[in-house]
Amino acid sequence: MAYLLETKGITKRFGGLTAVDRVDMGVEAGEVVALLGDNGAGKSTLVKMISGVYKPDEGDIFLDGKKIEITSPIDALAHGIETIYQDLALAENLNVFSNIFLGREKTKKALGIFNVLDHGYMEEESQKVLDRVDIKIPSLKANIRNLSGGQRQAVAISRSIYWDAKVLIMDEPTAALGIAEQRKVLDMVKSLKKHGIAIIIISHQMYDVFEVADRVIVMRRGIKAGERLVKDTSSEEVVGLIVGAEEVGKK
Amino acid sequence: MPNQQAAARRGFFESAPGRTIARNWALCFLVLMAVVFSFAGPGFFDLVNFQNILHLATGSFLLAAAETFVIITGGIDVSIGFVYGLSSVLTATLMRNLTLAGMAPGEAIVISCLVALLVCLLPGFVNGILVTRFKVPSFIATMGMWGICQGATLYIAGGYLPVMGAPESVSRIGNSFLFYIDPGKSLTFFHKPDYIANESVRQLARVFPSSLLLSIGVLLVLGFLLKYTKFGRHTYAIGGSMDASVRAGINVDRHLVIIYTLSAFVAGIAGVFDVFQTGIGNYTPTGANYELLAVAAVVIGGASLLGGKGGILGTAIGVILIAVLNNGLQIVGISSFYRYIGVGILLTIAVVIDQVFPDLE
Repeated sequence: MAYLLETKGITKRFGGLTAVDRVDMGVEAGEVVALLGDNGAGKSTLVKMISGVYKPDEGDIFLDGKKIEITSPIDALAHGIETIYQDLALAENLNVFSNIFLGREKTKKALGIFNVLDHGYMEEESQKVLDRVDIKIPSLKANIRNLSGGQRQAVAISRSIYWDAKVLIMDEPTAALGIAEQRKVLDMVKSLKKHGIAIIIISHQMYDVFEVADRVIVMRRGIKAGERLVKDTSSEEVVGLIVGAEEVGKK
Repeated sequence: MPNQQAAARRGFFESAPGRTIARNWALCFLVLMAVVFSFAGPGFFDLVNFQNILHLATGSFLLAAAETFVIITGGIDVSIGFVYGLSSVLTATLMRNLTLAGMAPGEAIVISCLVALLVCLLPGFVNGILVTRFKVPSFIATMGMWGICQGATLYIAGGYLPVMGAPESVSRIGNSFLFYIDPGKSLTFFHKPDYIANESVRQLARVFPSSLLLSIGVLLVLGFLLKYTKFGRHTYAIGGSMDASVRAGINVDRHLVIIYTLSAFVAGIAGVFDVFQTGIGNYTPTGANYELLAVAAVVIGGASLLGGKGGILGTAIGVILIAVLNNGLQIVGISSFYRYIGVGILLTIAVVIDQVFPDLE
């Protein structure tokens, strides 16, 4: 099957350091790819090139087989590549529906002249999309500050899928959550997968990876150290790839 | 969790009435203060005095409203006090020179005001560029502009003297009322009946100073902008999380440049109107602290210097609170330096309430 999103020979250097070195990777529609690696292995840099935060020094990004230029986060969003960062990037002082519509607010005409915010519409639409990920939030008028970690994650995910994400990148989605909420988030990921969204997850939690991912890609010191189908591998092998034990073994 | 600590400290303020009081403490304090002054100071509880308070607070209303936008984005603008003076002196100088050059007073007034307002866009625009393009902290960027505007003002005024010579009709406009009533005899709009001499104008009931009309107009427009438009929502979002706003595709740099320009522009309106109120061009005296009093009013009105909070209505209450405090102390006969202490205490209360109730809206 063809990849929905693919990188070819993508490279990013910071001064003398090559953070990501000619990496080829791809993700299919309805597939979850887990991106693993130790701290500083280049996972975040790789993902940030796809989401438009960094501009690659070399290499290309393809969406649906067509080469695309991503020079800013806005470009990535326009291509349907949504990213949920570890800090979720929500404005804590705003309410749920304002966050889901942040930057893309729906307005209506008041008195035929002024464009004013259409709160009613935004609240209704937000409720619909939250229902899709099956998350209960007592009031969509509540500020993000007053929500739990799982609810915030749900808001961030809802925002992405509301805007027709084709590719969803999630950075450590379960890192700051309690056990019950981790389950909830993993369930959300599974349901997004059923909707045909291509998902890239960065995670440290081996359990998460084996629970939801179809394929793992392991990064080590900027290069792709290995790629395995989850059904054909074990956590021992993946850990081995992360720390480089396999290479040592070969010698 | 900071929230739990805060909850433990709340006590009475956890209950519903307590929360209402905490949320509207500034308003409660204002009412309380008005009651105390009404009993303690003869002449405080009087329509003319209230009109006076609001009339004299026009500049403060506008400056604080301008500051509200900047503070919600998490910045601060300390240049507005001197933009205010620059605008006032520039307007008066232009009016004088254009009239001397033989222009009709009406035209001279309109042209002077427009030019001064346009010039006032410049310091704000530069502030915005410094803060966004050059990543200068807003306090430093606007402090530089504070000095530049002060110097420019004194240069235009030709030293520490107010600029005289604006057409006489100017101060008549600025000090007019919406309507005048001579009980049982006449009702006129915007000007006193011709048969009443200037000396006996106090017999008339003068209702609604036109300065208040300006204040309310500007506050309504800015309040609407903040509360009901995309622009306002993005202003709050930037103050809440700059990162989130950037990643949501908001053009944060452009937005901030507009905010700082708007701030200077509104300070410019205040300066122009000051000429209408006083008939002369006033430079900003050193130590007037207009910008700091504006910040104080905004914070008392519920904003946080960390950004993301505040509103025009709260700011207006903050301005009135400080104005009533000044006026009341004066009437009661308490020495004016106590008002600094008063403002200081109010500010402290505002900050403490913000800390103890981080999630009050």
